[in-house]
Amino acid sequence: MSKTKDVLVTPIFKNNPIALQILGVCSALAVTSNMATALVMTLAVIAVTAFSNFFVSLIRNHIPGNIRIIVQMTIIASLVIVVDQILKAFAYEISKQLSVFVGLIITNCIVMGRAEAFAMKNPPIPSFMDGIGNGLGYGAVLMFVAFFRELFGSGSLFGVEILPLVNNGGWYQGNGLMLLPPSAFFLIGIFIWIIRTWKPEQVEKPDFEMAPNTKKEAV
Amino acid sequence: MEQLISLAVKAIFVENMALAFFLGMCTFLAISKKVQTAIGLGIAVIVVLVITVPVNNLIFNYLLREGALAWAGYPEVDLSFLGYISYIGVIAAIVQILEMFLDKFVPALYNALGVFLPLITVNCAIMGAALFMVERDYTFGESVVYGAGAGIGWALAIAALAGIREKLKYSDVPHGLRGLGITFITVGLMSLGFMSFSGVQL
Repeated sequence: MSKTKDVLVTPIFKNNPIALQILGVCSALAVTSNMATALVMTLAVIAVTAFSNFFVSLIRNHIPGNIRIIVQMTIIASLVIVVDQILKAFAYEISKQLSVFVGLIITNCIVMGRAEAFAMKNPPIPSFMDGIGNGLGYGAVLMFVAFFRELFGSGSLFGVEILPLVNNGGWYQGNGLMLLPPSAFFLIGIFIWIIRTWKPEQVEKPDFEMAPNTKKEAV
Repeated sequence: MEQLISLAVKAIFVENMALAFFLGMCTFLAISKKVQTAIGLGIAVIVVLVITVPVNNLIFNYLLREGALAWAGYPEVDLSFLGYISYIGVIAAIVQILEMFLDKFVPALYNALGVFLPLITVNCAIMGAALFMVERDYTFGESVVYGAGAGIGWALAIAALAGIREKLKYSDVPHGLRGLGITFITVGLMSLGFMSFSGVQL
């Protein structure tokens, strides 16, 4: 039981797919200008990662090694088509806003990476949990970024006004930068900084060590 | 003609794949430590985009789109929901064929690109370009230009980032930001720079 929990929780902070493994950054940035799209995207990715891990793991002993990538791709692409059709049927507005990014879940390296690294070697249930865990890790970064972008950019959360905007007779002047793409990069940079300050073992080794200040030592 | 040129400029600068749409970020961040490898990867992406976008355009227009099968006698069939699976299949197959072709006939280029070619299948920029092509309903000619433009834009961005990161490794970055963190912030600043193109009227 505790192993299942480990598999589920570790990817959220300790081994976050975005902050540490540099996986699946692409779509993480484009859909984060408001909370609602970020949430839908998170759910879609969790579903696809979990089920693709599950199915790949089910047939892992029957997949010939040299065509495994194609087999995994086919499973993932079919799942994404299902998710896309569900979104189009039940949340048409949001699926319009997500536009091509639902399709891009196929090439989201998290899905592929977990299928290759975890599901090919583990039984179905832990693989399913690992999929959910990694989806949650991805979602945590997404929600963090979307929270700040929506709150400071348009003064609302999930479309509900929190900071009344000047144009609506309130006092808050919306921060336009937050709605533009670059702010997502800054926020993820800061998120990584926070995680690594909290868990210093994740800090990367520098390529070059700074020499101590020689002048100071001479005096 | 004029329209095609403006489409190319738009694809390279204004709607830069990497910096405006964040596509291909995984490889963009992971393989940008050295200028030389970055340029190699950039060229591979251009080649693959120039081939896959037009091919996917043909598949969409003659097989998948609603009413596209009229030539085969099925005017009411709409296969557009099969889009994702066929685009990714086409991309994976073309990358594989390209790899074998280069290995056999142009070994020098194969050795230069070899490592990156398989990686390109899962590069979101390739898939993204195919999906944008479908969404914007480009003709065949436009799709060739768009593929080339998007590839060149992506290659430019990764070469520029690699140049910055080569200099950056000598600088004294705060511990928590070292490596990935500072790279994200650098890309953010580059993206701000590229945003200045968005005012260009074509």
